[in-house]
Amino acid sequence: MGQPVGVQIPPSAPTSLKIPSPEYRPSMFLQQLINGLTLGSVYALVALGYTMVYGILGLINFAHGEIYMIGAYLSIIYLGLFTVTGLTQSHLFLSLFCVFILAAITCAAYGMTLERIAYRPLRSAHRLSPLISAIGMSIFLQNYAMLAQGSADKVFPHILPGGSLTEGSVQISGIQVLIMSASILLMGALQFFVRKTRLGKAMRATSQDKIMAQLCGIPIDRVIAVTFIIGSALAAAAGMMVAMYYGVVNFYIGYVAGIKAFTAAVLGGIGNIPGAMLGGILLGLVESLGAAYISSEFKDGFAFVILILVLIFRPTGLLGEKSGDRG
Amino acid sequence: MKKAGIADNGTRKMIKTKLPESFSRFVLLPLWIGLLAWPLMGWLGAGQLAVILMVSAVVALVIYRLVSGLPLQGLSIAFKALVLPCRSLFEKPILRKMSVIVGLTLLMTLPFFLNNYYLDTINLALLYALLAIGLNITVGFTGLLDLGYAAFYGIGAYVYALLSTSIGLSFWLGLPLGGAVAAFFGLILGLITLRLRGDYLAIITLGFVQIIYLTLNNWDSLTQGPNGIMQIARPQIAGLTLRTPFHFYYLILFFLILTVIAVHRLLHSQIGRAWIAIREDEMAAEAMGIDTTRMKIFAFVLGAAIAGIGGVFFAARYSFISPESFTFLESVRILSMIVLGGMGNIPGAILGAFLLTLLPELLRGLANYRMLIFGAALVVMMIFRPQGLWGRRP
Repeated sequence: MGQPVGVQIPPSAPTSLKIPSPEYRPSMFLQQLINGLTLGSVYALVALGYTMVYGILGLINFAHGEIYMIGAYLSIIYLGLFTVTGLTQSHLFLSLFCVFILAAITCAAYGMTLERIAYRPLRSAHRLSPLISAIGMSIFLQNYAMLAQGSADKVFPHILPGGSLTEGSVQISGIQVLIMSASILLMGALQFFVRKTRLGKAMRATSQDKIMAQLCGIPIDRVIAVTFIIGSALAAAAGMMVAMYYGVVNFYIGYVAGIKAFTAAVLGGIGNIPGAMLGGILLGLVESLGAAYISSEFKDGFAFVILILVLIFRPTGLLGEKSGDRG
Repeated sequence: MKKAGIADNGTRKMIKTKLPESFSRFVLLPLWIGLLAWPLMGWLGAGQLAVILMVSAVVALVIYRLVSGLPLQGLSIAFKALVLPCRSLFEKPILRKMSVIVGLTLLMTLPFFLNNYYLDTINLALLYALLAIGLNITVGFTGLLDLGYAAFYGIGAYVYALLSTSIGLSFWLGLPLGGAVAAFFGLILGLITLRLRGDYLAIITLGFVQIIYLTLNNWDSLTQGPNGIMQIARPQIAGLTLRTPFHFYYLILFFLILTVIAVHRLLHSQIGRAWIAIREDEMAAEAMGIDTTRMKIFAFVLGAAIAGIGGVFFAARYSFISPESFTFLESVRILSMIVLGGMGNIPGAILGAFLLTLLPELLRGLANYRMLIFGAALVVMMIFRPQGLWGRRP
């Protein structure tokens, strides 16, 4: 916490991220574009959790970033189990998929418990109370991870094939392809769930008007629990991707990444699911290009500058609708 | 008898359950949490955690059963016996005056009985009390969740540190200047954000503290980055350099008392009532003719100014500062103080500052668990006693 470590230089991606070059090179621009898209799809996945919870409860779930961090730890731990049994050597993608499922289930349980313990008793309280409770939960989970796993970096083993598509001087590594395609798949699944299923419809109804939804017979407690479950599962996916991409996990990654993802959610229009996806990708691009062309030291500051600019000039975000008391 | 705190039926049930229900609360819940912790902590750790939770839950249940004939839960009984008489003391004018006189005498003679280590800790508590009162203006009275408080604190500290090491600015000029620069930043941030809703303000101020931290940490040519600034001049009074905890005790105490009086009077003026009206219902306050934006910005600026002054004290006291002291975590620490003591009242802020500074010193063995307990305490306070230890039920 407090340390500006959200994004490290990926050891697996030997790019020019670290050395900003004054002159314009198209290949570098493309390379940063790809890095930015990768980063952005991770932000988007985390941002979805923020935006869904905010849409329904009007609460900034500060602890969401910690769920993502726990997801990253869990992916390393579960992968360790599969490696011991030798499954990773024989069925790499199957075991990665199983690790993802297990991490998602565990994180979903964390998210559900979080809501039950820290937020549900405060649903009718003054609006500052759940926010402070969320901050408390975030600090708690962060220190819990530190105490349980130690404060040293955890390393994600290099198990993915290291090959990369090379086009001119632009490289796309296998991990980047995996991350981008998996996020597109997950976001598509989420869109389908929210648009087409009964539960998704109940979710949208609850986010529009909780009391009315309750009157129509929607069990809003269950809907809220499901929101937390889905958001946390997506955060687990993002955590696993980041663990694979950067290769190291630490207990404080959740804090900065969480704030950035929240920025992404605000950028796209908080409460708006496609907005969170768009906002995440845009933020990833801005950060990656900003690190290359403006300053790599202040990379973590860009998100906040964007956040402030968006809130001044367009508080509803890019895709958000006008709303009287939000702006 | 009404139960303390705003809690919905679920929580109320959690306390007043029948046995079969309490089985699920006190046995299944710890088991479930143990299960959650299992992947991260391993069998042994998770098992221990579950057992500890279960035992403490059962102990809490037993205590509750033992005292269930009494109007409030066990904890609040002890609390009632200790804190409430003190609070009611403050409510009768004559008694309040007497207790203030007695308290002041005690405070003035205190340093003669303590060694430097204790005195230093108390100085820190006094400094935090000053900061907590400042934050209380913004968060407690006006209801604006300012998570960037440490940024103003840091700005004040750096203004004095830089000017003192470069042009030899004296502490007595640094004090108002640090406060003014911090207030200026507060004004800018306030103008930008105060038209926004509460939780947006929280996240912007959080971003602000992060930006300030990054700037302090990376602008090496000015701030010397993570190395910090050393050999900051100590304050001088008539040729005497204040350097021992004994000296600083009186210096900080003097400014704390000044602040308490000023804030107390402000709180009972038109401005203070306007703040509280804004906290209770902004729209109604606006309808009553209160210039809410202006009042909010004033609260924000005043809070920032007090933080800046606190920062100058900090820099002068330790004679060394680095960006690490002014992170989001510091904001949270000060916030926890006013949450613990009670938002929106001055004695609560002082109580919280003292508790959260002295307790960690007493529990040094639990240093690793300190932040864990901080976090959990914030949640527990919000659920069971959102008005804090000192505050009264809304």
